[in-house]
Amino acid sequence: MTLDDIDRQIINTLQGGFPLSSRPYAEFAQTLDLTEEELIARLRAMKDAGVITRFGPFLDAAAMGGAFCLCAIAAPEDQFEAVTEAVNTFPEVAHNYKRTHRLNMWFVLATETEAGITEAADAIEAATGHTVFRFPKLKEFFVGFRVAA
Amino acid sequence: MSLSAEDRRLISACQGGLPFVPAPYAAIAKDLGVAEAEVIDRLGALKARGVIRRIGIAPNHYKLGMTANGMSVWDVDDSIAEEIGPLVGAMEEVTHCYLRPRALPDWPYNLFAMVHGSSRDEVEEKRGRIAELLGDACRASDILYSTEILKKTGLRLKKGAA
Repeated sequence: MTLDDIDRQIINTLQGGFPLSSRPYAEFAQTLDLTEEELIARLRAMKDAGVITRFGPFLDAAAMGGAFCLCAIAAPEDQFEAVTEAVNTFPEVAHNYKRTHRLNMWFVLATETEAGITEAADAIEAATGHTVFRFPKLKEFFVGFRVAA
Repeated sequence: MSLSAEDRRLISACQGGLPFVPAPYAAIAKDLGVAEAEVIDRLGALKARGVIRRIGIAPNHYKLGMTANGMSVWDVDDSIAEEIGPLVGAMEEVTHCYLRPRALPDWPYNLFAMVHGSSRDEVEEKRGRIAELLGDACRASDILYSTEILKKTGLRLKKGAA
């Protein structure tokens, strides 16, 4: 799909936050000079087209007493698909990217407890037969990622 | 801080996404058999606690033309990493920046800085500016471009976990 200026404005604004009220679409639509109906239709179209991957609450594992951990696997190319499938089966895998390196699979584990990271990473090692390199964050220097659409 | 059973039920009901109907919280409330006001209040409280960072969208940056996504990684001397990390994180070119443990001998890098752009040339330019800033503090570096999104669901509560 081709995005127009209004779609881009929706994306740029909605990364910031969506109202918690009875008619949040209507409320938000007003700030963009759209009708409630039009906003819903545009959001649905962008979700269907995969331009928006998620729309809803974003959870912070750490605030729930849990944890995030960046992990990597060196998956042989001829096993890449099978390893992907095995890794993605785990609900603890929040996202996963293929990257240009010998360590070619990078995923984030998000669990509700600190111990959950080790359990999940160990289980992924057992399921794939590959070492799961673990890179928990020691310090976060900046977070506030916004994509300008 | 753990979640109450009610909070878990609520999060489970909306972690797949808010419905595209005029009164989405009322729709979720109906599914849960509670009042709309309870859903709104509870979500507000979870937001205030920081369990919910925000309610909004995650765009697919590839589909927005941000087709070059590089994870630049740097081997920075530990004695200076915590000092120089915030400077890298503050750069306009950098979208996330973290200090992480090395995994020697396979992985000597401890500073991770995400760089996005519409082309790899653009990303390389940005990476060059990070290299300039780090100067002699950096012993080695690499950049890993993402070539495929294999999964992107975000954090999900496990089904059935108490």
